[in-house]
Parts: sequence; C-alpha cells; structure tokens
Amino acid sequence: MKFNLLTASIMASLVLIPALSAEAKEATLVFCSEGGPESFNPQLGTAGTTFDASATPIYNRLVEFSPGSTETKPGLAESWTISPDGLVYTFKLRQNVKWQTTKDFTPTRNFNADDVVFSFERMWKEDNAYHKVSGGTYTYFAETSMPDVLKSIEKVDDNTVRITLNAPNSPFTNILALYSFSILSKEYADQMLKAGTPEKLDTNPVGTGPFVLVDYVKDSTIRYKANKDYWKGAPKFDNLVFSITTDAATRASKIEKGECHVMAYPNAADLPKLKADKNLKVLQQEGFNVAYLGFNVEKKPFNDKKVRQALNMAIDKTNLIKAVYLGAATPAVNPIPPTLWSYNKQVKDYSYDPAKAKKLLEEAGYKDGFETTLWYMPVVRPYNPNGQKMAEAMQADLAKVGVKVKLVTYEWKEYLKRQREGEHDMLQLGWTGDYPDPDNFLNTLLSCDAAKTSTSRWCDKNFDDLVVKARQVSDVKERTKLYEEAQKVFKEEAPWFTVAHSIVNEITRANVEGYKMSPLGSHDFQEVSLK
Amino acid sequence: MLRFILSRICLLIPTFFGVTLLTFGMVRLLPGDPIEAMLGERAVDPRWHAEMLQRLGFDRRLWEQYGKYIWQVFHGDLGLSVVTNEPVMHEFLSRFPATVELALVAMLFGMIVGIPAGIIAAIRRGRTVDHTVMTAALTGQSMPIFWWGLLLILFFSLHLDLTPVSGRLDVQYFIEQKTGFLLLDCLLAGDYDAFFSALHHMILPTIALGTIPLAIIARMTRSSMIEVLNEDYIRTAKAKGLRPWRVIVIHALRNALIPVITVIGLQTGTLLAGAVLTETIFSWPGIGKWLINSLDRRDYPVLQGAVLLVATFVMLVNLTVDLLYGLINPRIRHAR
Repeated sequence: MKFNLLTASIMASLVLIPALSAEAKEATLVFCSEGGPESFNPQLGTAGTTFDASATPIYNRLVEFSPGSTETKPGLAESWTISPDGLVYTFKLRQNVKWQTTKDFTPTRNFNADDVVFSFERMWKEDNAYHKVSGGTYTYFAETSMPDVLKSIEKVDDNTVRITLNAPNSPFTNILALYSFSILSKEYADQMLKAGTPEKLDTNPVGTGPFVLVDYVKDSTIRYKANKDYWKGAPKFDNLVFSITTDAATRASKIEKGECHVMAYPNAADLPKLKADKNLKVLQQEGFNVAYLGFNVEKKPFNDKKVRQALNMAIDKTNLIKAVYLGAATPAVNPIPPTLWSYNKQVKDYSYDPAKAKKLLEEAGYKDGFETTLWYMPVVRPYNPNGQKMAEAMQADLAKVGVKVKLVTYEWKEYLKRQREGEHDMLQLGWTGDYPDPDNFLNTLLSCDAAKTSTSRWCDKNFDDLVVKARQVSDVKERTKLYEEAQKVFKEEAPWFTVAHSIVNEITRANVEGYKMSPLGSHDFQEVSLK
Repeated sequence: MLRFILSRICLLIPTFFGVTLLTFGMVRLLPGDPIEAMLGERAVDPRWHAEMLQRLGFDRRLWEQYGKYIWQVFHGDLGLSVVTNEPVMHEFLSRFPATVELALVAMLFGMIVGIPAGIIAAIRRGRTVDHTVMTAALTGQSMPIFWWGLLLILFFSLHLDLTPVSGRLDVQYFIEQKTGFLLLDCLLAGDYDAFFSALHHMILPTIALGTIPLAIIARMTRSSMIEVLNEDYIRTAKAKGLRPWRVIVIHALRNALIPVITVIGLQTGTLLAGAVLTETIFSWPGIGKWLINSLDRRDYPVLQGAVLLVATFVMLVNLTVDLLYGLINPRIRHAR
C-alpha cells in the first residue's frame, strides 16, 4: 500500500511538473518570414518584409485594413468628415492611445495630433529636421503622388487633424491605410534629435501597435513582446518571434517540424506534402495582382475591336493556368483581382472558341490571319512565373486561328522603356496593387491619362469618364457602381487579354487560430491565438 | 625569412588593386539600371531617379568614380547600403563572425574526420577500406551543397527528429551579441543550455559545409601519406623496429601533413563560397546570406563592398598559409 502511494505520488508529480511549467512558460508565436526588414520605419520601406516587421506589429495608421480584406476601417482616427467639395478631411483622433515604452524611450503623453502632423511632415516637408534622416527616400509617399495631392496638414486641437487637398481624391482615405502612412511618435523623435541620434527613430522603433520590438539579430530573428497596453486589447500570446528563413524549402521543413507556427510563400512543389500533413492548415487566396497581354490599339490590326475580341477567344486560358502556373492561379476576367472591392462578378469572360475567333477575324477582314509580334517578360514576377512558356503557349493557340506570332523579348529595363514608347504589338505585363482601391488598377493602367505610356495605349471615352468620375466622388456605393460599369466596358472593348491572378498560399500549424490571410500579402498577428 | 615575408606582402598590393578593379567593374557592368530593376513595372519619377543616380555616384565619369571609390576604400569607407542606409563595413562586421564561426567548425570537422580517414586509406592502400573511403570522398566532393543540405534536413531533422531544421539558436534563448561568435557569447553569458542549443544547431550546417573540405583533405592526406610511406627514412624507422603507429604518427604524418596544410588554407576561399549556399539553406545569418539578399535587392554598394572584403580576407588567409608553409618547409622560402 505504502509503495503504491509512493509510486502514485511520484507518477502524479511527473505528470504535474511539466504541466505546471508549461503553464508558467510564456506563449510564443513563431513566424517563419522570407526575409529581413530594410528598416523598422515603414515610411522608408518598399518591401513586404519591412511592412511585416514594422508597420503591422509596431505601428498603427489613421485608417487601417480590416484583417483579411482590402476594406478599410478607422484606425488611430476614430472618424472623419469630408467637406462637400471633397477637399478638406477632418480626422477625429482616438484618445487614450498609449505609446510603447522601450529601453530608449518612456512616453510622457498619449498619442495626439502632433504625432500625425509630424509623421506626414517628415515625408513631405524638406525643411523637416527628419526629412533627410536615413536616406530620406519615401517611395510610397511619392508613388501615391502625395506631394502633389496634399495642400496642408494642420493640428486643430490635440484630437483633431485637418488635411486639405489640392484636388478631390476619393482614394485618399484608402491610401492613408498604406503601411507607409504609419504614425510615429513626435515626442520620441524630438528626444532622439536632441540626443543627436535621430536615426534611432528608424532603427529602434516606438509605435502604438500590438507588439513592442525587443531585439533584432540581422538575417536571423526579430523578437517582440506583446503590448499589454494596446488600445485594441493585448494580444493573446506573450511573445512574437520572426524566424527569418529565406529558403522556401527550409521554411516548409520548419513548419512541418513545428519550429514555426505560420510560414509565408511555400514552394508550389511542397504544397501536396504540406496539405497531407494533419498538423498543418493550408490557406489559399488570390494574389492582389493581375497578369495580362495588352494589345497596342495604336497599331493595326489591334485598333479593331473585333480583332481584340477574336484574340481573346483564340487563347486557351485554362491551359495557360495549368501549364504556366501549374494550377496556382485563377483565370482573370476583370482587370482587378476578385479580392478587391467593386469587383464585378457579373462580367462574363470570353470563352475559348477558335472557330468563333476565326469568324470574327474574317469579319474584321483578316480571313487569312496576319503576322505580328508578341513580347514576353524576361523576368519572373509574382503574377507571371514564366513569360516565355506563356508566350509559347499563346503562340501555338494563335497559330490555330491563322495569326502568326513572332516572339520578342528584351532585357527588363529595355523592355519597359520600349513598352512605354509603344514599340510593341502585343505585350505581356502585370500589376500588383499598391493600395486597395480599384483606382490603382483601372485609372493607373487603363485611363486616357495613362494611355501615353500604358501597354494597350487605349483611351476609351466611356471607360475614362467612369473611372475619372469614380475618383472624384467619395460615396463608396456610388464608386462601386461606376467601377462595375467600367469593368463591363473594359471587357466589351477588350484592350487586354486578362490572363490570371496568381494564387498565394500560406501555411499555419493546426493550433493557430484566428489567422487571416491578407489579400495585400501582409502578415498580421494581433488577432491570432494559440490553442 | 624577412625577405620572403616582404616579397609575399608586396605581391598583395597589385592583387588588391586587381580586386578593386573587378568589384568596381562588376557593379557597373551588370546589365540593367539598379533603380529600374528595383521598381520594375512602376514608372519611375525622373526626379527621384536622378537623385538616386547621383547618390550612388553613377552619374560621374568612370575614372572619377573609380578614383573616389579607391579613396574611400583606403579610408575604410565602403559606402552606405541603398536598402538599409547603414555603412557597408558595419553591416559586414555584424555578420562576419557568424560565417567565420561556421567555417572554422566546418574546417575542424573536415580535419578531424578527413585526416584519419586519409591515413587509414593510405595504410590499407588497395583494400576495401581504401576503396570505400575514396569513393565516399569523391562522392562528398562532388555533392552539390544545396542538395546535400536539404537531404540532411530531410533525414536528420524531419525523419529522425534529431536536429533542428535551421537557424543558430532556439527561439527561447536570448543571448546578447558581444563577439558575434555565438558559442563564445553563450559561454560569456554563462548560459550553458543556450550553448548546447547553439551546438545542436551547428551540426547540420557543419556537415553540409564541411563535406567538401573533408573529402579533399582525406584524398590529399592519403596521397601524401602514400608518398611519405615509400621514403627511405620510413623504411629505416620500420627496420629499427619501431611500433607501426609510432612510425605513422611521429615520422610519417609530420611530413605528410605539409601539403595538407596548404590545401586547408586554399579551402578557405571555397568555404566562403560554400557558405553562401549553406547559409541560405540553414538560415545562417552570415555574409553568405547577406550577399544573396543584397543581390536580390540589387544593393550595389553592399555587393561591391562585401566582395572586396571577402576577397581581401581570402588574400590574407592565403598569405598566412604561404608564410606558415615557408616556416614549416624551408625549401620553399629559399627557392627563388
């Protein structure tokens, strides 16, 4: 009896001790990221790895993306009003938002309007003491034309900021959700400037976000701890670690072995194995991009709508997806990805129909077809894994309807330069969205303004009126209607053969809950928990 | 001896200038404009483009660029990374210890396994052991590191669950970087668990990187040993009735190792080249991975600086080996 009791108690303690220590151990989520950040200031960055490591965990923006979608919602700005002429935006700021405390900085005040004004002026005003710090290149600020869009930014009171624009710009609030528009602490900036170490603002970040940076070992690990004072509520685990693993095959091995909980960008070849693993979840989503073949409408015979329609019917899209993307893409119908708001589901794609294509060509006066060139991309892009292979498949399809295609390519810079000058007949290209607004696809790539340099050099009055008007109204419902209409016009006029939206995969361990893939390719862990 | 040292050092100077010319030319001759390459299909703002070109100094005449480059190099200034805006030298120094640590351990592994294997093969020349060792060495030498590394992960980490997949340390340990040599840093911090975790993480990268030097060392040791074993003085030693191991270790090995030392020195360059692949597979935060990342991001100042630094390092190692060799083998330093 005694012996039994002893054994039982030893056994019980053996079971209990690890259980107790497991409870005491802090919960850590490990993300196997594909690379290190360029900097910890998203204002300076262009790479996804930078935004993943800085903007999402550390900072907030006035307006933010809802997790897993391209829609925006209030962030550090609680609400805003837009003047009837669409020029003046007044942002009401959230109160009681605390700045993070780090080894370099202990905040004495909460987030307020000064921080917003400072963050914008750093990028915008050349006389700002920080403008030239850390290289002073603000790519996204320039790319979204903010220096031309902005007229003024003023603090009205501690909780109100007024931004005035030079012209109405309805994508404006969506642009503010871009990671580069993260809000930095002015108090911290002032302190660092005084101490003579302004670059610390960019290397030792202080934000209002869900995680506080603890340590960064270059090319190896980034450590964060949960921000217990986070204004949306503390994260559901204690530590976040980015384990930087550049090689996709290695990342896959790590997640299989449980060395990380979430991994980005698996190799297509590893997917079947990962899908078969019961300890893993494979998430899938269309990439925020589109690959297309543009027809130069300034040249014959592409100035004829019938020819463009015929070519749309002559190429077997399903085959391209299978052969070029190895299935990792969805056929593109519209020039915007399906994850973007205002995507028109009603639009019907041209079906693959060589006989009908031939007939259309005959009607257009090309009974025996014609000879032309097709330019293919010399580089791999997320939306196009193999330009040459895609071109060869297209060439074979087009030959079946009598169109003899010569394949052409140049070194990438030369390719783009000649494309902008309009030397091509048909040309492959694509686009990954900069900000989640149809304006960034439809206006940037297909408007009359863009026609001077766009791939199809297409300027259609109906289409242009719609997208220009959509840019000027601020009501989302009305904009949606206009963009849906524009997509119809686009399909009918067929300035492109829309190829595909590539599919992006992400893997998580089965015990990761609440993780949502972002259509914009970022990785956000604030709402994630570990079971 | 002094004359020998001086002549070797003088030889370094033209070599160094040759390397600067190469690194300088390499960046300028690569196809494509770095700014276009970074931004791709996005139309580039001409203002920004011009500013960037100016910042990189690509708008000046070539000889001017080269002159400025050399001037800066001699002042220890290798420019700023376009991507992170940090001095290239600083970035290099923060990563170099990781590579050196791995390379040293890999070399040690190569020697510890390679030299005995070579000796055994030499003694048992023509027998099964010899054939096995030599076949293994040849296989090891011709194994692509990339493939070999993945194979190791697949077998030891995933199949047998013996080793971690990649990285330098378990995420639960948090060691402050003092020297950059992690094993040393762990010991300095007095954290022995972390030390063992670091060792554990080193096993596979060491095997992946050390296999080629191991194979070469084994083959070199074998052939050099066979040669020495045929020498008269060995026969004399054997005739004197010395124990076989004494003949081999004391008499033969000392002389047989001379060419092996050269090979070890020459392998440093190969090790650094191998590190690029090994570090990529095992997420080892050293200069190899840094180079690959910079290439991806077209960070030209980094590429230029890193190649120059690595080349200089290899040159210095070769010089050291040369000098050591002269020290061990007087015939070399007297030969004109």
